[in-house]
Amino acid sequence: MEHIRTTKVEQVKLLDRFSTSNKSLTGTLYLTATHLLFIDSHQKETWILHHHIALVEKLALTTSGCPLVIQCKNFRTVHFIVPRERDCHDIYNSLLQLSKQAKYEDLYAFSYNPKQNDSERLRGWQLVDLAEEYKRMGVPNSNWQLSDANRDYKAAICRCSQPLSGFSARCLEDEHLLQAISKANPANRYMYVMDTRPRLNAMANRAAGKGYENEDNYSNIRFQFVGIENIHVMRSSLQKLLEVNGTKGLSVSDFYSGLENAGWLRHIKAVMDAAIFLAKAIMVENASVLVHCSDGWDRTSQVCSLGSLLLDPYYRTIRGFMVLIEKDWISFGHKYSERCGHLDGDPKEVSPVFTQFLECVWHLTEQFPQAFEFNEAFLLQIHEHIHSCQFGNFIGNCQKEREELKLKEKTYSLWPFLLDDQEKYVNPLYSSTSQKPAVLEPNTVAFHFKFWRNMYHQFDRTLHPRQSVFNIIMNMNEQNKQLQKDVKDLESQIKQHKNKQTDGVLTKELLNSVRPESPALKTSLCLKEQTLLPVNDALRTIEGSNPADNRYSEYADEFSKAEPAVVSSEYGVARMTC
Amino acid sequence: MEFSELIRTGQAQAELLRGPEMPPLRGTLCVTGHHLLLSPGPQATPDLWLLLLRSVDSIEKRVAGDAGTITLRCKDLRVLQLDIEGVEATLDIARSIEALSSLESVITSFPFFYRPKGLRLGEAWHFHPPERYYKRIARETRAWRLSEANEDFSLCPSYPRAVIVPRAVDDDALARSARFRQGGRFPVLSYYHAPRGTVLLRSSQPLTGRQKLRCAEDEELLRAVLAEARPGARGFIVDTRSAQAAKQARMTGGGTEAKAAYPGWKRLHRPLERGRPLQESFVRLMEACGDPEQSMDRWLSRLDGCRWLSHVKEALSTACLAAQGMEWEGACILVHGAEGTDSTLLVTSLAQLILDPLSRTMAGFQELIEREWIQAGHPFQLRCAHSAFSHTRPKHEAPIFLLFLDCVWQLGRQFPLSLEFGEGMLLALFDHSYASPFGTFLCNSEKERCLCEVRTRTHSLWSGLNQPKEQRKLRNPLYVPNPLAIWPSVEPQSLRLWQGLFLRWTHPPEPSEVAWEKVWQIATDQKTEGSQPTDSASEPQP
Repeated sequence: MEHIRTTKVEQVKLLDRFSTSNKSLTGTLYLTATHLLFIDSHQKETWILHHHIALVEKLALTTSGCPLVIQCKNFRTVHFIVPRERDCHDIYNSLLQLSKQAKYEDLYAFSYNPKQNDSERLRGWQLVDLAEEYKRMGVPNSNWQLSDANRDYKAAICRCSQPLSGFSARCLEDEHLLQAISKANPANRYMYVMDTRPRLNAMANRAAGKGYENEDNYSNIRFQFVGIENIHVMRSSLQKLLEVNGTKGLSVSDFYSGLENAGWLRHIKAVMDAAIFLAKAIMVENASVLVHCSDGWDRTSQVCSLGSLLLDPYYRTIRGFMVLIEKDWISFGHKYSERCGHLDGDPKEVSPVFTQFLECVWHLTEQFPQAFEFNEAFLLQIHEHIHSCQFGNFIGNCQKEREELKLKEKTYSLWPFLLDDQEKYVNPLYSSTSQKPAVLEPNTVAFHFKFWRNMYHQFDRTLHPRQSVFNIIMNMNEQNKQLQKDVKDLESQIKQHKNKQTDGVLTKELLNSVRPESPALKTSLCLKEQTLLPVNDALRTIEGSNPADNRYSEYADEFSKAEPAVVSSEYGVARMTC
Repeated sequence: MEFSELIRTGQAQAELLRGPEMPPLRGTLCVTGHHLLLSPGPQATPDLWLLLLRSVDSIEKRVAGDAGTITLRCKDLRVLQLDIEGVEATLDIARSIEALSSLESVITSFPFFYRPKGLRLGEAWHFHPPERYYKRIARETRAWRLSEANEDFSLCPSYPRAVIVPRAVDDDALARSARFRQGGRFPVLSYYHAPRGTVLLRSSQPLTGRQKLRCAEDEELLRAVLAEARPGARGFIVDTRSAQAAKQARMTGGGTEAKAAYPGWKRLHRPLERGRPLQESFVRLMEACGDPEQSMDRWLSRLDGCRWLSHVKEALSTACLAAQGMEWEGACILVHGAEGTDSTLLVTSLAQLILDPLSRTMAGFQELIEREWIQAGHPFQLRCAHSAFSHTRPKHEAPIFLLFLDCVWQLGRQFPLSLEFGEGMLLALFDHSYASPFGTFLCNSEKERCLCEVRTRTHSLWSGLNQPKEQRKLRNPLYVPNPLAIWPSVEPQSLRLWQGLFLRWTHPPEPSEVAWEKVWQIATDQKTEGSQPTDSASEPQP
């Protein structure tokens, strides 16, 4: 590729992001057409997809070399030191070019080839089908022709953009449409119109000939502002959050005051509160709700999709969640390419709207540990791919653009790949039956909102719990199933042998002949004295991690001896994007 | 003294409100010597509701018309409201509760009257931790001995009868060292780290004073520790006060070990909060937790302002530092602050949990608490006299044991498979340390417990907790023995507010009990099925 001048640089150092003692790993950096790859001396690989790069910075030259800092959209931050400035400069320039493409056709998805033929690809795209989804919801029915409704209720969630009302403009057809929506719901005479913006913003919009519905002009509507801030506020809020997190030697106090100043959790709570308002209007009052913001593709998508998630257990399944994203986000024109900055474009259009949605879902999974079929890894993986441009799902800004790009012919859909890997994303505690009230009623007191460490520090393994409950429960579940199967197999074998042996006495040899056929049984027997579970090596290694990874004190140097030479920080999970 | 003198009124009709999670209860309210009872009418549930009066932290009364309301804030952080018929009755009951809940006499406290079915007196008091622990380390090293120099508590009133000291130091030297240390707390062994042959010691501050006094025996004791460990071994003294506070302590007769007097030992200052500031931190945290209406920003700012999580971080990182010194530097560690009964114990006990897999088992953890807190002379009666709601000005109260439990909870979150006990155990210990029908946390030292005959006249908490019916609440279903040291992350992003404790009664956290039940189910399926195939295979054998 014409942008790549240097493909390989040796003796590059990768600094530990949080270490105050400039701890580092030495290795080789490779630059490919799609990835930046670092292989350290322990052969551990770090892959960085060019599309994930949000920011590359070349810092001032130091005695040990030229520092290169790369910040990624999936919240990975790496700090390299390249020995020669010339190499650093080449890589820096190449990355600048490679991370910002001018044309859709240059995105990874158009060259990514998972070795599937055309029909497999097509089937992948048909896996999540919206027409099917509307049928499932029970529309069109006699009341509804098109739009969006909820299966269990006659009330409906509708969405639109702000009216172009200015200070006095009216539109009779629009008033009639709303009246029709209201009438389509036989259970309630009035409907809600939710404006997800703060009141002030909506008023300001009136000066530009836009605005909000006048209750006097529309019969039977109840108007409500819910106060979610706009994309610019959200972008700078996340920026502040990441600045706080990236601080070396962060104190507890700085962390919490930083969290407060960033306002991030306040925004998350606002989105959640709006969704709850929506769900309550539908469930308690049986009223239809029309949701809009300014354009109708950011806050509206957040609120409608979260509302649906609260109301309908189907969307809490793995497949249902995919449908929800296709329906409320992709097909309704959330501008993924602009919001995620897929192409070299206006940085003011970039905003973590979808990330916020995923975070709200995560908060729900924390409050309702049994209500979701999927786990945190699923949310993280989806987040990974809205930025990766590896699959066609999130490319483009609206349905029209997506069709023009012929994405279904030229790229692959993410969903079949996630479904193939389903066992990684299953919540072992999920119980579809235990959800007595099918509608979730989350509590949004401030106590319940927590910083989502596993998202914003997903690559900073030193900050994570050292053992995973999910892994162990999954293992247990797997073993339980295997053991149950073994029991059945053994019982049937015993029966067979009994039938063969007329005296019906089972000899020792016979038992021995049975035993080796069951690997799970073998492990469970030999593990019985000590442990019941095979603890996977990755877990163990993490526990044995070096205490020097943790900044217990500035006194670490007081133990004047140098740090142990070999650092066995094998953190198990090296996530790859391809 | 007769309890009946303090009981103003026998009974009244009342309704009890127990927070959002539980239905209200109506019935006859009754004050007895140790309890508040509510006996529901015949139509209601037959259960008798019972509250140990000692667990009442503060009481507020209001009267309006011909009824009154009493709000009880309990030491376990629960808030109860009693609506009582009759103004007189309300005032009388309130006065009775006030008088009975603040009785200071130990021997008239409820543990001396508590005789539960199924438990025998004297059971589980058989732990003699120093002796038991000595047996364990005697298998590894001959450098230490069990000294009974404190048999009559004359050397140190807050130490148990037996302590573990360097073999090379005789009892006379111990006595002199004791006179050189505040409260007689001379350096004793807290933990022997067998993998590296290093030790963790604890003591109180040396009484160097303005004149910079020295004590040859004390110096000899610490010299012997290094000599026994390994030729050329180094030692670190982790002082839990700031360098300045340690220096100031000289004005009041305390001080620190002078560098020249203790060759091979190096002092590190790691200031930990204790006493009143820590108690205030707890009070402010609970104030913040009591306000569900506050905005997100207000909550985050109060969480920051109360500094509780900073204390957690400091305690954990100091313990990690001590553990790191032993495990990675092969050094011996002596921990002390001033009295050596509070933050010192916090550090030594946490360091053991990090390094020693045995202390992470159910039995080992109980032994750790018995040895490093109860017998080591943490003054539970003074520190836990009141919890976060008391209106009286705190005197000696400080939630140092709670801080320890919180740190253990953080360890458990980061290593969810490595502790044999679960959150339930930590909650139980918190509750019992503040008010309990068992005798384990009574008094301030072993000496006091002997005087009150606690061992023979009350039941041990351990015998209560180790009953089979309690196990499901207390154990961690996911436990897998882990032979390695567990090094927690102490970054602010890795620490979390312990909702299960601080918001237990108002906003119980997730995973909900149902989810927890499911985890238990999966885990026990695992364990029973693990043995099932063998059963069915051997079944047809004659």
